[in-house]
Order: sequence, then structure tokens, then C-alpha cells
Amino acid sequence: MSLKSHILLSAVFLLASTSLQAKLNGEQLYSNHCSACHGANGDGGVGVPLALPDFQYGVTNDYLTKTIRLGRPGRIMPAFTKLSNKEIKAIVKHIRTWAPGKPFKYSNKKINGNIKHGKEIYAKSCAACHGATGQGGKGTGVTFSRPRDLPVIAPALNNPGFLASAPDLMIKTVLMNGREGTPMLSFLKQGLSEKDIDDVVSYVRSFEKNSAVKKIKEKHLPYLSYESPNSMEETIANVKKAAIGKNFRIIREQYLNEGLVKEGKENKKQMMVYFCNFDFLNRALALDPRVGLFLPCRLTITEENGKVTVSSINPLYMSSFFNNEELDKLCQEMHDVYTDMIEESTF
Amino acid sequence: MKYNNLTKVLISLTLFLFISTSQAEQLLMARTNQGFPEAMLKLQETLSEFKYSVSRVQRIDIGLTASGYQTDKYRIVFFGTEKEIAYLSKKYPHLLPYIPWKIAIFAEQQDTLLVSANPMQLSDKKFPGADRYLMKWKKDIEKIFQILRESE
Repeated sequence: MSLKSHILLSAVFLLASTSLQAKLNGEQLYSNHCSACHGANGDGGVGVPLALPDFQYGVTNDYLTKTIRLGRPGRIMPAFTKLSNKEIKAIVKHIRTWAPGKPFKYSNKKINGNIKHGKEIYAKSCAACHGATGQGGKGTGVTFSRPRDLPVIAPALNNPGFLASAPDLMIKTVLMNGREGTPMLSFLKQGLSEKDIDDVVSYVRSFEKNSAVKKIKEKHLPYLSYESPNSMEETIANVKKAAIGKNFRIIREQYLNEGLVKEGKENKKQMMVYFCNFDFLNRALALDPRVGLFLPCRLTITEENGKVTVSSINPLYMSSFFNNEELDKLCQEMHDVYTDMIEESTF
Repeated sequence: MKYNNLTKVLISLTLFLFISTSQAEQLLMARTNQGFPEAMLKLQETLSEFKYSVSRVQRIDIGLTASGYQTDKYRIVFFGTEKEIAYLSKKYPHLLPYIPWKIAIFAEQQDTLLVSANPMQLSDKKFPGADRYLMKWKKDIEKIFQILRESE
């Protein structure tokens, strides 16, 4: 067989396998992309409980589709830009298998309420949960096997992903009816008139103009690394001193390849020092249970051709994986701590 | 060597599809309905089947219950192969802070969640030689997670 025939056959094979992948059913796609956060049956976790009947009735397929496609920038839910329209449709179809009936349908009609009045009502009735500027509640979803005051975290109403996905009438319906199974109450029952609710919807819609989420993210290197003028042993001692000086507890020192090679055969020129601050750990876990990927805190000290280097992960680089603005702030703090420690230990 | 237009189109399309399906999430995640001890055991067994050694398991849960969490089941599993770690740490020292690679595994009610960073996030145009290893790890983790998802 000629080279050309080989290439043609390989291309046809790859095309066929890609098309087969696209035909994966919604359940499988959901399992691969969504269930880790939203639960195998949509009962929630890091992500919101999608199977909640009131949620199922209250949102349209278009809302679900746009939410999957656009995500919620800075609020953990990623934008699934690589999924095809067909794949998203299959996922939505699967999510709908949990709904006992048909969802509402909303037109895209704009509500023209009084924004100023809506702002006053929002401050009194909504800000306590959704934040003064619509930034939403803190933390992630329902469980992490952790007691929480609220079964869901109040969504960020100023989030461009939310605003692009939710039509005015959907927001109005939620305000009027509430959402059973969550702390969201019916504001008609709370005494607001339909006119008041229209005003609140218009105020929420006005967040679009002020949405600050489109920040240009700085490019960060994946690692922090400094050369040390001192010997390997002195540098390790300095690292430990610097960690203790920053209120960390040294929890372990080990060679990089320890556990992978026979005892005694470790590379003594590659050492890892692990340290921990439990207060910091708990703050991080409260923001996102997946932060174990940063843990434990560690500096790596290596010697190659007489050159000693201290390096660490760059928390700011890793933070971008999580799409969590709260975590970004903590990672900035951690980045500064790592930088200080590396500087101190290589002085 | 000359190719006709159809061949050129097919090659371009194939490359495009390969690249676009190679780009993936930044975090690799899986949920298994196995309880934590069973999932932990299965993870270690599966890593071993993929020829990786577990270099260490770090407990993260000490003090968690005292802080209000309802779980004491949170571990970080570090894994790798002797040869890969030796080669990469020498040839690509910028990867040092990330190796051995790790998987976070923790209980969430009756289920267990697994999370790992996508190794391809460390791909760097300046060091194309490392991509072979990063891609292998990524594919292996995806396969390992799929096995865990399907385990009961």
C-alpha cells in the first residue's frame, strides 16, 4: 500500500472515530463532564443541584445550553467551549430526564421597569443573599460533606454568563414564585407587587453595563524559581526557617524520587520540603474542595552542576484552572508567601 | 512527493480534528459511586495497572472534622515512574515543582470525587519534548478516571 493510501485510510479512520465520539449519548457526556460537580443524578455537590424540580421547571433548554457554553466566569462553572452543539444538546436532553414535566417557556421580551426603584428593593430584599452588587454568595455548592447554612449558594446575578443565559421573564418568574428547595422565596408572597418585581428585574439587567468580570487576566508562568548562592544544605535550612517564619509547620522532607526507587537509591540532590498552615488550608477548602491539588505547600530544592535552585508551583497559574475569583484572591496571597519564602531562603 | 487536493484537505481536516480534540479541560475530574475506601483502593490498583508507582499518600483531613467539615476522608496520591521522573527532572527542571504528579481524592457523601490538573496545562512551546510525557499522563489519567467512574 502506498504512503498516500495510508494517509487517506488514517484520515478516514480518525474522522470516523471523531464522529463516533460525537455520537456519545447524553448520559455518558454528562458523566464525563458534569457529574463530578453536579452529582451523578443531578443532586448537586460543588455545582448546583440540577435535578431540583423547581429548577427544572423554571429554566429553559436555551438557558441550560448557554450556561454550558458560556459558564459563569469567575464562579467555578467553566465554559465548555470544546463541546459541540450536538453534545451540549445531548447533555441538556439527559438533564431533562430528571424533570417530571415540561419546563416553562419564556419569550425574550424586555422588561422596562424603574431601575432606581428596583435598586432600593434589591438592597432591602436581595442583597443579603446575592450580594450588594449582585456578586453572589461565597464558596461553592451544596456539600463537600460539610454542613452549610444554605442548600445552594446564592447565584451571582451580575455574572455575564448568567445575564446572557437568563431572559428577563425567567428572572421575573423566579422572583414571583421563588424556588422551592432553596432559600429563594416568592416575593409576591413577601408583599412585593408585580410592578416592584419588574423594577428589580430591570435593576438586575442593568448589571450588564457594569459587569466587571471581563478583566484581562495576566499571564503567569507555571512556576516560581530562584537560584540560591548557598549550598544545598544551607538552602534547605533557610527554606525551613522561612516557612516557620511565615507561620507554617514543616510536615515532611523527602527526596523527589523517594517511594519510586529502592530505599537508599534516592537522588539526594532533589529535595522537597512540605509545610502547612491549617488556618490557610481551611480557608482554601471552604472556597473550593478541589484545592487539594495545591497541597501540601511545598518548595523544591535541587542541585545541578553545583547550581542550587529553589522552586515552587505558581499558585496564580494554577488558580486559573478553577475559574473561582475567591480562590484567585487566596492564591495571590499564597503566591506572595511563596515568593517571600523563596527570596528569603536564597538571599 | 505530490498530493492531490483531496489528500491535502483530508490531512488538514485530520490535523484540525486531532488538535481540537486534544485541547481539553484544565482540571480532570471524575465521580465514582464507590465509597472512599473502595475508591482509594481501586485508584491505587489502577495506577499500578498503568505501570505507575504510588510514591506517597498524603492525608489532608487531619483537623478537618474539628473545623466543621463532615469528612475525614481526603487524600493526595502522588504517583509516577522512576524513569520518567528521572528523565523529566533532569531534562525539564521547570516541571520539578509539579512532579511526582498528583490526584486529589475525597469523599462527598456516599460518593468519591477525584481531581487532577490536566498535565497538558504545563505544555510549553519552548520545551516541546516534554509534551510526549504530559500527553501520556493526561491520557492515562483520563483512562484511570473512566475506570473509576465505571467501578461499582
